[in-house]
Amino acid sequence: MIEMLRPQVSSFAGEIDSLIVMVTLIVGFWYLLTKGMFLYLLMAFRAKPGQKAQYITGKEKHLKKWVTIPHLVIILCDVVLVAGAVRVWYNVKQFMPEAEQTIRIVGQQWAWTFVHPGPDGELDTDDDIAMIDELHVQAGVTYHFMLESKDVLHDFSVPVFRLKQDAIPGRRILGWFKPEVAGEFDIQCAEMCGIGHGIMGAKLYVETPEQHAMWVNDNSLTEVAAATQTEVQR
Amino acid sequence: MASQYTVAHQRSATGIPTSKLALWWLLCSEIVIFGGVLASYLMFRLTHPEWSFDASHTNTMAGSINTFVLLTSSLFAVLAHHAAEMKDGPKAARYLMMTFGGGLLFLIIKGFEWSFEISHGYTITASRFWSFYYTAAGIHASHVIAGMIIMLWVANTARKGKDLHRVENVGLYWHFVDLVWIFLFPLLYIAK
Amino acid sequence: MSEAAVHPDGHEHDHHDHEMTFVEKWIFPLDHKYIGKQYLFTGMVMALFGGFLAYAFRMQLAWPGTDIPLFGHMSPAEYNAAVTNHGTIMIFWVAMPVLIAAFGNFLIPLMVGADDMVFPRLNRLSYQVFLLSAIVIVASLFVPGGGFGGAWTAYPPLSAVAAYNLTPQGSTMWLLAVALEFIAFLIGGINFITTAMNSRAPGMTWEKVPMVVWMICIASILFMASVGPLMAGAVMLLFDQTIGTGFFDPARGGDPILWQHLFWFFGHPEVYVVLLPATGMVAEIVPTFARKKLFGYKTVLFTAIGTGVLSFFVWAHHQFIAGIDPRMANVFTITTVLISIPIAEMMFLYIATLYGGSIRFTTPMLWALGFIFAFLIGGVTGIPLGASGADIYFHDSYFVIAHFHFTFFPIAFIGTFAGLTYWYPKMFGRMMNETLGKIHFWGTMISFHCLFIPMFVLGLAGQHRRIYDFTNFPELGVPFLQDIRVFCTSALLVLLAFQFVFLYNFIVSMFRGEKASENPWNANTLEWATPSPPGHGNFKEFPNVYRGPYEYSVPDRESDFWPQHHPA
Ligand code: HEA
Ligand code: HEA
Ligand code: CUA
Ligand SMILES: [Cu+2]
Repeated sequence: MIEMLRPQVSSFAGEIDSLIVMVTLIVGFWYLLTKGMFLYLLMAFRAKPGQKAQYITGKEKHLKKWVTIPHLVIILCDVVLVAGAVRVWYNVKQFMPEAEQTIRIVGQQWAWTFVHPGPDGELDTDDDIAMIDELHVQAGVTYHFMLESKDVLHDFSVPVFRLKQDAIPGRRILGWFKPEVAGEFDIQCAEMCGIGHGIMGAKLYVETPEQHAMWVNDNSLTEVAAATQTEVQR
Repeated sequence: MASQYTVAHQRSATGIPTSKLALWWLLCSEIVIFGGVLASYLMFRLTHPEWSFDASHTNTMAGSINTFVLLTSSLFAVLAHHAAEMKDGPKAARYLMMTFGGGLLFLIIKGFEWSFEISHGYTITASRFWSFYYTAAGIHASHVIAGMIIMLWVANTARKGKDLHRVENVGLYWHFVDLVWIFLFPLLYIAK
Repeated sequence: MSEAAVHPDGHEHDHHDHEMTFVEKWIFPLDHKYIGKQYLFTGMVMALFGGFLAYAFRMQLAWPGTDIPLFGHMSPAEYNAAVTNHGTIMIFWVAMPVLIAAFGNFLIPLMVGADDMVFPRLNRLSYQVFLLSAIVIVASLFVPGGGFGGAWTAYPPLSAVAAYNLTPQGSTMWLLAVALEFIAFLIGGINFITTAMNSRAPGMTWEKVPMVVWMICIASILFMASVGPLMAGAVMLLFDQTIGTGFFDPARGGDPILWQHLFWFFGHPEVYVVLLPATGMVAEIVPTFARKKLFGYKTVLFTAIGTGVLSFFVWAHHQFIAGIDPRMANVFTITTVLISIPIAEMMFLYIATLYGGSIRFTTPMLWALGFIFAFLIGGVTGIPLGASGADIYFHDSYFVIAHFHFTFFPIAFIGTFAGLTYWYPKMFGRMMNETLGKIHFWGTMISFHCLFIPMFVLGLAGQHRRIYDFTNFPELGVPFLQDIRVFCTSALLVLLAFQFVFLYNFIVSMFRGEKASENPWNANTLEWATPSPPGHGNFKEFPNVYRGPYEYSVPDRESDFWPQHHPA
């Protein structure tokens, strides 16, 4: 259902969506049950002339079980919920698969700098390609990212990846993603970072291997890369 | 109004006098405030071993004297409470004034200590350790000052033999201020 | 303790004898009822202000860049300031003062059968500090540079460094206002708790205390126990802003995450601080109009205490993706999901109270039921957020906005309306108009659901918070999503329009309403054992308490209620 609103582009997007659906089904079931009961009781026990309410203290065993049993079942549901949540969390945030490429992402008021490894596939070499507000990745490749910030908190958020991570000045945060569907998508900053927070977006280009190779080629042959890099560092 | 106190004030469903009960709640809320400061400090301290270099520039001597001064003043507060129990208002007031004097001495020593440190460049912005040093001790000192003002006021009524139960309450507050220092002293001065 | 010992020279009669002057009532009141009303009116004015800010920024979201009636053009900085101060004001200057201070002040002495608070002067001081804080926060929007725009969570370094937030005065005033407000509520809270503990009428043992008194006291204790670290944090942040210490500035060895821990260690318990009084009022109103005993008094109490205790162990669910150790998220997922247990139990007990009742759908009852109806949505949508894996997607999206407005609005408005319409006769001595009350109820409920339910969809579509113009983002600017935003804003306009029905009813009934009898709802608690409105000193004769507050429809009795103070 969520993919109708926002496509699933990373390897773990589907997993997160299924977790959301599972949680929704469980709490939705209880929600409907509770509200159904609520509305039914309202109808059934509205004041009728000449009828007095019953005197019930809440200690009666045969009535109390109507509260206690659902309550115990909810504890069971909670266990299922936690298990599902922790599994997905582990896969996305705790477990780091081998990286095929590593990129650096730097947030600052109010722009993103993406440093891509150049043709040699290694970060922090001369042929790195730094771009402002543009991230180019290749579908099917597992990326590690190093997230940094120059001033205040920012948040690297890619809705189609279902990925979000705060950037903290003075720290380097590691994460990963693996894009799977080619296309052009939004990157948003998701942490209040001042006046320009609302425009701190960037574009994500997920490219097929051929497109990506071409892009790398284009940007490393010319002097563009070096120029942008000095520009960024300045 | 005929009485200073409401009926609500004079009732005691718990058996604890109302003002003392309220004081305990006040102290609870103060404990968490100082707890917040100390927990933050400890979190930094444990993750930043280099702070001990800064800490070694604190004046342990002044700190120890001040600890002694505060403890003594607490003793006077106990004596004041004792006198109040005996319904001896003037005597309680005298002891309270001695407690007050202890507080004053504490502040004077603190003043010298701080001016010395500041003149040597250890200001509140010098490093994170010094920021904590001044902030934590500053919040504590503001409590000392507040306690002293209340003490003057209580001593004044106690001298006339009125509201003697307040002597015990202000004493309790003073013990609390003292206790906070007992935590601050080792953390700021001794841990090097 | 005998009654004679309580008031030795019989001076309690003096309290009734003289009529209070205007100044004694409204400017420098010592009487808890007037201090409560001061809190109420201030809270209402602030609600209108916070509502106006919401109106202004919702208009901007629906029709970005156009001139907003009564506001004008909205710049990004103004948008941020409006959102930040909307959130801060609604929580600290509307929900807190109305639910805890106004109702706490008005109800606690009356319900425990005392003449006033234990410390009337302190009580007055608490209001005065609060009023000052309200003035400071409103003024902070008009200083050079504009109001603080770094979100109500005020995460440093943005909030700490003027070069980053560009509101040097606004942010300091914002912080000062919040700190003053905390002080006001600490003073007030001590008064509430002490009064409820010590000043109870003879015979009112702890299991005979009305639930709302319990809830306000538990809320006050929660507040007191959680706010301390943030007070310390506020001092540190203030120093960071003004004298340049670097507690939270990583460039100088500080730690921005520390603030987040201090903030949320308070911030999460805070949501239950406002939740509990509202549920307490529901626990008074539902039994009265279902003519039923509250189902499981002690269990309700334990669920409240359980919620309170658990609330101290969940704070990091706001920080799942804030860069804390990922392993910590697992611990906090467990505690967060666990908190559904006491709250679910409490909701079940309220619903069970309806069973076997004889339900009268008066306006206060409708609001109380409306609270349960709406809060359930807010509650269950907290679970997907607490599930760490799902929160990766939901964090800082409109799903969160929808979640917490479905908790806060029921609490701050629906719950307040329940309490106000229920105790209005006691507060002002007259009845409110039922027809207008019901129009207001249905209008508010329907437009409220239309306003916030679509925001869940926006959240699922990946729309982030605190962004002043979504058309800047290709994915979010699509017509389908923009139409939803326009729909939300339109619903808000309808919602606002219906509030004028309430304001009209509220003000006009004060002068023209039908005179209220002592006990118009045939309720049991002690506040109904005194004239409406009660005179200074509250009770002509201080009541003794013989039974619990919810003895409705006791078998073999003529009438279907049995006031607490009637001898057996
Ligand atoms: C009074 C207000 C209030 C209340 C009561 C709650 C209640 C809850 N909240 Fe909410 N919350 C907020 C106000 C509130 N919250 C605010 C203001 C924010 C955003 C702050 C910001 O960032 O600006 C927020 C944000 C927030 C987050 C962080 C989201 C994010 O930023 O990423 C999370 C995550 O766990 C969360 C969880 C919960 C949970 C689990 C509850 C639980 O207490 C709910 C428990 C209730 C129920 C579950 C319903 C009854 C139970 C049943 C019907 C039985 C069925 C249930 C099951 C089977 C589980 N809340
Ligand atoms: C108690 C809390 C509370 C309440 C009631 C509300 C009420 C409303 N809120 Fe708000 N909101 C917050 C707390 C609250 N909010 C917080 C904490 C934030 C986060 C801020 C941040 O990100 O920093 C937020 C953020 C927030 C956003 C997100 C903005 C963004 O991220 O860009 C939006 C967007 O639509 C919004 C809308 C609204 C609307 C339309 C209402 C409407 O329901 C308002 C309608 C107003 C009224 C109905 C007032 C009428 C007055 C009277 C009737 C007087 C009588 C009053 C009494 C008796 C009390 N709010
Ligand atoms: Cu960067 Cu928001
Ligand atoms: Cu929370």
